[in-house]
Amino acid sequence: MKMMKLGVALLASTVAGTAAAADVTLTIESWRNDDLALWQNTIIPAFEAANPGIKVNFTPSAPAEYNAVLNSKLDAGSAGDLITCRPFDASLALYEAGHLADLSDLGGMANFSSVAKSAWQTDDASVTFCVPMASVIHGFIYNKEAFDELGLSVPQTEDEFFAALEAIKKDGSYIPMAMGTNDQWEAATMGYNNIGPNYWKGEEGRLALIAGEQKLTDDQWVAPYATLARWGAYLGDGYEAQTYPDSQNIFTLGRAAIYPAGSWEISGFNAQADFAMGAFKPPVQNAGDDCYISDHTDIAMGLNAASPNAEAARTFLDWMGTSEFASIYANALPGFFSLSNHEVAMNDPLAQEFVSWRGECHSTIRSTYQILSRGTPNLENETWGASVAAIKGAKSPEELSAELQDGLASWYTPQQ
Amino acid sequence: MSARPKARRFRWHIVVFLTPAVLVYTAIMIFPLFNTLRLALFTEVDNVRVFVGLENFRTLFGDPRWSESFWNALGNNFWFFFVHMLVQNPIGILLAAILSHPRLRFASLYRSAIFVPTILSFVIVGFAWKLILSPIWGIAPGMLDAVGLKFLFAPWLGREEYALTTLALVSVWQFVGIPMMLIYAALLSIPGEILEAGEIDGVTGSSAFWKIKLPLILPSIGIISILTFVGNFNAFDLIYSAQGALAGPDFSTDILGTFMYRTFFGFQLQLGDRHMGSAIATAMFVIILIGVCLYLFGIQTRMRRYQF
Repeated sequence: MKMMKLGVALLASTVAGTAAAADVTLTIESWRNDDLALWQNTIIPAFEAANPGIKVNFTPSAPAEYNAVLNSKLDAGSAGDLITCRPFDASLALYEAGHLADLSDLGGMANFSSVAKSAWQTDDASVTFCVPMASVIHGFIYNKEAFDELGLSVPQTEDEFFAALEAIKKDGSYIPMAMGTNDQWEAATMGYNNIGPNYWKGEEGRLALIAGEQKLTDDQWVAPYATLARWGAYLGDGYEAQTYPDSQNIFTLGRAAIYPAGSWEISGFNAQADFAMGAFKPPVQNAGDDCYISDHTDIAMGLNAASPNAEAARTFLDWMGTSEFASIYANALPGFFSLSNHEVAMNDPLAQEFVSWRGECHSTIRSTYQILSRGTPNLENETWGASVAAIKGAKSPEELSAELQDGLASWYTPQQ
Repeated sequence: MSARPKARRFRWHIVVFLTPAVLVYTAIMIFPLFNTLRLALFTEVDNVRVFVGLENFRTLFGDPRWSESFWNALGNNFWFFFVHMLVQNPIGILLAAILSHPRLRFASLYRSAIFVPTILSFVIVGFAWKLILSPIWGIAPGMLDAVGLKFLFAPWLGREEYALTTLALVSVWQFVGIPMMLIYAALLSIPGEILEAGEIDGVTGSSAFWKIKLPLILPSIGIISILTFVGNFNAFDLIYSAQGALAGPDFSTDILGTFMYRTFFGFQLQLGDRHMGSAIATAMFVIILIGVCLYLFGIQTRMRRYQF
């Protein structure tokens, strides 16, 4: 018997040399093409070392096309075994269509809080279909050298924020703020949903909107647009045609002082920028106000229900719940903060700065993601256009809010 | 004489020679075309395809959200087409007239230089122009600054009022070689005797162009117009490579091609809907069909042809 096993092993090793026939290969679908190197060099080798016999392939597609490409692949039956999950409605739709498997009974799930799992659960929280990976925190990254040079201190309130922008503009050696409106989503994600929680008081406003107790035409939802309208004057020349990569390059080349950011930028910026960077949280209206930050459950991993390698894929997903994965991921990708209950030590100072706000402020998630982007028109999508129009000054904040409210009320009963 | 009945024999070679082309054409053109028309009549409910007749078209033209996008795209498409008709084709004719001048030196060099952009990929053209016009890295602001015209510069691709015209002009730059080549060929085929006869009657220089050459190349201009029409209403690549499928800013560069792409394949948060996408593709097909028919029956049949 032993001899036979040895024989099989020998045989397998010779075959594996040429075709890796004994191995199961898992394919991961993702939109994080920026992370390709980290997956290939760090995360996957760590998993493969611990789980011989399972090979993993990370095959990301372009972020803008991910949702559409993934849906087509799932419909056609050609999608990979592991599916990177967008939060809330996008993934819920996949689960309801039968494309994602129920992972509620997965052992690793015990390591996540119910808040972390809420982005990938059915509305009654009875089924969890993706293993939470990370959240991202919004704020502003600034060029420390530029701030020192101009003698500026980190702004805490909105008045200080605009005073700093004005000072940078007057000095003229830096573009005050690096953001463009060409790709549209930055204006909503890094603009509206970055500064907004301070106005609508984070979860309080977000849940009231979902419950229909507040409307988008209420002051706390209109005011962020009025603030965004003031940003226009401090963005670079021709910001209307400035793309997202343009903005990243302008900042990392040291040409701009402030970058409205999500924490996911950290690893890229660390690699590109050769000046010291700091981060500050969205400024509050009056000194001493409670602060609210957008700590958005952003990314998770699910199992393709049609995967022929479900067993191996579950092994991988289980591993994602371990502290080993949490620490590898959080440190390989500073700025993607682990959602697990494990204590994760992070080395990156910028990431530490972002995560420290969790202790000082109330956390919330992006207001448009849960439930409100389920219908047509999709509120998240509409918010992109509205935020761009606000920055450009094309429409007044009141007009924009009225349009958004009409669109939402057209399909969402609690808002009618 | 007794061979005559033989002529009645079925001519198999025609079938043999036609079959490959018919099969290939059917497989890659006719079948997809009709399948698209068929798909437009269905929709998906709970992952099951159901026949809904013309419901998709009712949504497309009846639902204000869809119809607004559709008319916006159609209007932009017409503007895209008019810019081509008003700029590309006259310039093409002018260039051809200049090139066909017998005393022009380096004519073949100019001809190739003007024609080269036509063979470039859309993606290269889109990205190159995006960079040239970029307010941050582009050379356009610097070049305007060098001649003291910096105040004329604007982030053209980022402003709703200029973006579509800018892209239309980029497309004109790319394709001006096509009308030039066709007209050039037509001008070369005008026999010298006619021009000489005109000269004897005192028609020379520019009046020779307007009175003799232009009427003779009118059929070519007609062909170019219809090619431009079909090309523009099927356009997609340039807008997609320069502005993405959201055809920003605020859908101001959205044409039928990008609208169809976005609906059919999905983009960013919007998921693909192949049935609605097929409905838009069908509408595009009908629009182009009407345009081509108007041309074929309204203009082509009335056009006078001259035999030399």
